[in-house]
Amino acid sequence: MDARQKEKYLREYSAMKAAGKPFFPYAVGKDGLMACIVMIVIILMSLFLGAELGPKADPTTTSYVPRPEWYFFFLFEVLRVIKPPDLVFVATLGIPNIALGLLVLLPFYDRGPERRPERRPVAMIAMLLTIVAMTYLTLLGAFAGSPITIDEEVPAKYQYGKEVAANSGCLGCHKFGENGNDGPGPNLSEIGARLPKQAIERTLDNPTPPMPSFKSMPPEQKKALVEFLGQLR
Amino acid sequence: MPSKPKLPNPLNIKTSKLPKPPLPPALKRTPKPVETGDDVTLGQAAAGGGTSVVAWIDERTAGSGFLRGFMFRKVPKGTNWWYTLGSATMFAFVSQAVTGIFLAMFYDPNPTQAYESMRHVNNEVFLGEFVHGMHKWGATVMTVLLFVHMARTFVFGAYKYPRELNWVVGVILLMMTMVMGFTGYLLPFDQRSFWATVVGVNLNGTGPIVGPYLADFLRGGSEFGATTLSRFYAVHMMLVPGIIGALIGAHLYLVAKLGTSAPPWMKPKDVAGDEKQI
Ligand code: HEC
Ligand code: HEM
Repeated sequence: MDARQKEKYLREYSAMKAAGKPFFPYAVGKDGLMACIVMIVIILMSLFLGAELGPKADPTTTSYVPRPEWYFFFLFEVLRVIKPPDLVFVATLGIPNIALGLLVLLPFYDRGPERRPERRPVAMIAMLLTIVAMTYLTLLGAFAGSPITIDEEVPAKYQYGKEVAANSGCLGCHKFGENGNDGPGPNLSEIGARLPKQAIERTLDNPTPPMPSFKSMPPEQKKALVEFLGQLR
Repeated sequence: MPSKPKLPNPLNIKTSKLPKPPLPPALKRTPKPVETGDDVTLGQAAAGGGTSVVAWIDERTAGSGFLRGFMFRKVPKGTNWWYTLGSATMFAFVSQAVTGIFLAMFYDPNPTQAYESMRHVNNEVFLGEFVHGMHKWGATVMTVLLFVHMARTFVFGAYKYPRELNWVVGVILLMMTMVMGFTGYLLPFDQRSFWATVVGVNLNGTGPIVGPYLADFLRGGSEFGATTLSRFYAVHMMLVPGIIGALIGAHLYLVAKLGTSAPPWMKPKDVAGDEKQI
């Protein structure tokens, strides 16, 4: 907007403001009614959905698939789309920060005087695409279950390792055969062919983020887990 | 009776310029002057008590001038329900603050005790699970309202001149609200929140250059441990709420100063000739 357009806006605005109604009681009344609705919604959600706790946190077992609050699902899902480890930081920090930068700087690159939505097609399409993408990613995150079984048949001596793997949250990020989520971690169905057991164990102790470290897993469990992973090929 | 001296006006406020309260004519009377002097009866003094106290405070703060300017300022014609979302977000934040204070009375930010203290709240404290639930779901409600409020200001072009700065303050508020969600999620210290936070902190650690430092700062060391929880607790209940409170103040100051935008399809001529209502 140039100086003339600014002056015009301010002049028109002050005319519209002068013709308006006082904030109190008109706007305050609406705000107050809205506040009551918000309060009622919060109370109903509390009564019907409650605030149950899961099992107590246990740093030695990840029997829980790591799931963030729902409004972080879309960030977590970006990870599933961008998988190569060298690019993980693009997904974790690059994309969110670029999006944030675009959001903060919006008033500085969109400076046209037009405010009517139907005459700002680029802005409206960009908004719709953002909403669709975020909703889609959030829903993906919401329906990516918390799987805790691996169907694949294994020889009896690897059975215990398979249970450890199923109960340790690996499925939240890895795929074993038909089970688990395809990403952010690589598919582990044939991990034994790719990595020797020592390397698998090293990965468990010292993984590349975002994979959590399993250093504190009890040794016999870890041994069984590594044995199980090592024979997958 | 000699005419009363004019009230002193140390802060030099020009009351004639302030907006007038929208009162029906019947209520528009000047209050009777307060009786002062030596011959005032107790009854007269009591009757004027309220007015005297208000006048005393006002003489020193000029608060009534501010309140009149804030409460009776005009909002443009066409202001509709979409304009209530900002104050609804603020209301949800206040609800979070109040329920959070009650939770803090029982919460113990210690890895061995945190889970038990929340269990105690849920199972034994009077209305404990109810208040805990309000806090938990209030966070969701606040986040949703925040996004819809942001969408409203976007669609209405309300981020354009002269309100650019208010948009920037808003985006910082959005980030701070997300930080509240992230830090608060760990506090009940159950399996889900614990492992989600481990992964979340690791994600921060993947960032170039500052990533590892940020992750170490969040954990309070290179391992996830006791300091992590107290650190998250302090950030969640003192640091970030303080920042949010201050930013809401700045946001509202700008709203009051600049006025809320008119709906973009309103034009001054609609206003003058009354009535293309939306
Ligand atoms: C939060 C998600 C997450 C969880 C939970 C997780 N991982 Fe990973 N994992 C990853 C990511 C991402 C990578 C890729 C990073 C890399 O290659 O270093 C990875 C890599 C690996 C690798 C190396 C694969 C290769 O091809 O180099 C192994 C082995 C592995 N994970 C095993 C496991 C096991 C076993 C578990 C459960 C005990 C587990 N992971 C839990 C995310 C996760
Ligand atoms: C804690 C969060 C927030 C609170 C409490 C809050 C509160 C408010 C209030 C009460 C108003 C007055 C008008 C209205 O309600 O629409 C307002 C206006 C505004 N807000 Fe927010 N807001 C918050 C977050 C945001 C965010 C995330 C953005 C955008 C990124 C934003 C941008 C704006 C803008 C541009 C206006 C001016 C609108 C106009 O003049 O029409 N706010 N805010």
